[in-house]
Amino acid sequence: MYRYDEVDHRLVRERVVQFRDQTRRFLAGELSEDEFRPLRLMNGLYIQRHAPMLRVAIPYGHLRSTQLRKLADIARRYDKGYGHFTTRQNIQFNWPELSRVPDILEELSTVEMHAIQTSGNCVRNTTTDAFAGVAADQLFDPRPYCEIIRQWSTMHPEFTFLPRKFKIAVSGSVEDRAATMVHDIGLHVSRNEAGEAGFRVIVGGGLGRTPMVGEVIREFLPRQHLLTYLDAVLRVYNRFGRRDNKYKARIKILVKAMTPEGFAAKVEDEWRHLKDGPATLRDEDVAHYASFFVDPAYLPLADEPAELTGPLAEDKAFARWFERNTRAHRQPGYRSVILSLKETGAPPGDISDEQMEAAADWADRFGFGELRVAHEQNLVLPDVAQKDLYALWQTARKSRMATPNIGLLTDIISCPGGDFCSLANARSIPVANAIQQTFDDLDYLYDLGDIACNFSGCMNACGHHHIGNIGILGVDKNGEEWYQITLGGSQGSDTAIGKVIGPSFAQADVPVAFGKIMQVYLERRLDGERFIETLRRVGVEPFKERVYAPLH
Amino acid sequence: MPRYIKDGKAQTDGWRLLRPGDDGALPSVPSDEDVIVPLAAWLQDAVRWQNRPGRSGVLLSPDDDPALLEPHLAGLALIAIDFPAFTDGRGYSLARLLRERYDYAGELRAVGDVWPDLIRSLWLVGFDAFLIKDGKEGEGGDDYNTFSDSYQVNFRQPQPLFRRRVTRP
Ligand code: HEM
Ligand code: SF4
Repeated sequence: MYRYDEVDHRLVRERVVQFRDQTRRFLAGELSEDEFRPLRLMNGLYIQRHAPMLRVAIPYGHLRSTQLRKLADIARRYDKGYGHFTTRQNIQFNWPELSRVPDILEELSTVEMHAIQTSGNCVRNTTTDAFAGVAADQLFDPRPYCEIIRQWSTMHPEFTFLPRKFKIAVSGSVEDRAATMVHDIGLHVSRNEAGEAGFRVIVGGGLGRTPMVGEVIREFLPRQHLLTYLDAVLRVYNRFGRRDNKYKARIKILVKAMTPEGFAAKVEDEWRHLKDGPATLRDEDVAHYASFFVDPAYLPLADEPAELTGPLAEDKAFARWFERNTRAHRQPGYRSVILSLKETGAPPGDISDEQMEAAADWADRFGFGELRVAHEQNLVLPDVAQKDLYALWQTARKSRMATPNIGLLTDIISCPGGDFCSLANARSIPVANAIQQTFDDLDYLYDLGDIACNFSGCMNACGHHHIGNIGILGVDKNGEEWYQITLGGSQGSDTAIGKVIGPSFAQADVPVAFGKIMQVYLERRLDGERFIETLRRVGVEPFKERVYAPLH
Repeated sequence: MPRYIKDGKAQTDGWRLLRPGDDGALPSVPSDEDVIVPLAAWLQDAVRWQNRPGRSGVLLSPDDDPALLEPHLAGLALIAIDFPAFTDGRGYSLARLLRERYDYAGELRAVGDVWPDLIRSLWLVGFDAFLIKDGKEGEGGDDYNTFSDSYQVNFRQPQPLFRRRVTRP
């Protein structure tokens, strides 16, 4: 994992000093609400329903156990004892006091963390595949590039006040687990004719109220040109993106208005003046950053040790967890483990201080002190020896982080919705819980197999409902909460935006509608066909018909 | 913090910024006064502006194309870039283009909703003069030294931090 040097340390401390002064001026009445807003947003501070909300950056989802312990400590001392992991691999605290936020930031700085640019119209936290570095299908390790982008984007003097927030995702694996097609810029590995791996540059994807799949503006960007090319894209966007209407300010609108070809040409023109400049990455520069992401000291272990195969044969509950919550690893004798934060009844992504402490301990005891925050709002222990899986499972179960539901219908991605967010039209969490309760029969759930269910409390699409196989969107009708269902969204190699199936539902009817959708799937599926595959094959009609059929 | 700062020091400002009135015309001023005029007005009559007894500078709005000024840059003493709102970041890109692509060497002044908090980033992209917004002069906030370094290539530091790190002896 990346370690700060003295410059990184200094910059983060300087930022705390700056923000402490800005907060003081606001509290003293020297800065108005309007003046303070952009300043606080650039430090991750929202004013929400109950209190301020602080979003802490977890760059590309990487955490050390010491950092997670610090987050637990902050949750306990400055908040109500829990935090909320987001789809953008960050963590949010819902109840800090405004006057104490500078102290929180100071505490974070001691463990190489901050809240810089977790909000505001700037380049946000760069995200990547939660299995970066350990994934079996990886062509190159995206993490050194993520760190290079993190540094480039941090307090970039030219791009601090963009037309709108800006999100970049990077994937170095064949399978795109970073949703690169629905980011402002997606960087996904591609190969040139010589077989070298570089980036396919995708621009103008995004969700929100005008969801769009991004356009490829460069099929192959050699990796050394990453930063100069990003500068060129951002400069074109900064200059020509719309600023008159915040819903039209995203780069997707600009790309559409200019056409992808027109936009690409403008970028190439800008890039000609930047290309091969001092921001070009030399091999030694990349090697410097790659040196932070070398393999940990793996032991020479064999696959399928008796300590694993024994319990797998004897303990059905463990076998289930193994099947759903662990992933193949590049290194023999190891697996990656996903700690589910989707227990029925708990808000998706929520984690208590004790759970954070426990997960940090497992990272030390069973891994190499590292964890990841997955885009699906779960925690990942990337490197666990197979022989330790049974012991880990037993303890994770006690801490309620071993629900064997990864990838299943109850592994719901959900925004905080009306319970916390002041923009919400409807609550998300109770509906997510109702679905978890309806589908609590594990055999049934396993039979349904992989289904991505994503849930947002309003059009902003924080919970990515557009790219859920099933999406739910909270809508407001005359002050009442209603829920719209979309079907057919997906991320990854065939990214698609889901379609609304019809009129929205009252809260109590959402689980019923889900039940009907699942019936149709079970009736229509071919052998081994996943939900999304059946849906694509038979189309949305049969589902619609069943859901809206009059009751006899 | 004083109202007008150039090269890190408080200065008296001898320039008058001319903005068009409701009728679209610029206010008339004595011909020996130093004035800053909007790009469109300048381009309409560049020769006259260049030859008056007083000096003339150009005001760019955020959506102006700095390339239009390219033929005039060598003789220009001042370019001001307008920040209608401090959250409008287009002026930062214009500054870098003027400095780094078109090699403009005269005074580059930030005007409009300009606060002490923004001076450092404005300076990094090439501004050397700041007309602080009324009422913001007295505030604490930022200055050149809020941050002791920066990660990126910028006008003041053409070597990005990663490169300085790696080649450091
Ligand atoms: C209470 C706190 C939150 C507020 C006020 C908030 C606000 C917003 C707003 C205004 C948008 C609009 C985006 C647009 O117009 O493009 C948005 C989008 C988004 N937010 Fe949040 N959000 C909050 C919490 C979260 C959480 C908890 C998550 C993750 C679970 C999240 C992740 C996202 C994502 C992924 C988008 C995607 C939109 C896109 O791709 O264009 N946010 N949020
Ligand atoms: S989707 Fe809407 S309700 Fe949910 S967190 Fe985002 S802004 Fe709030």
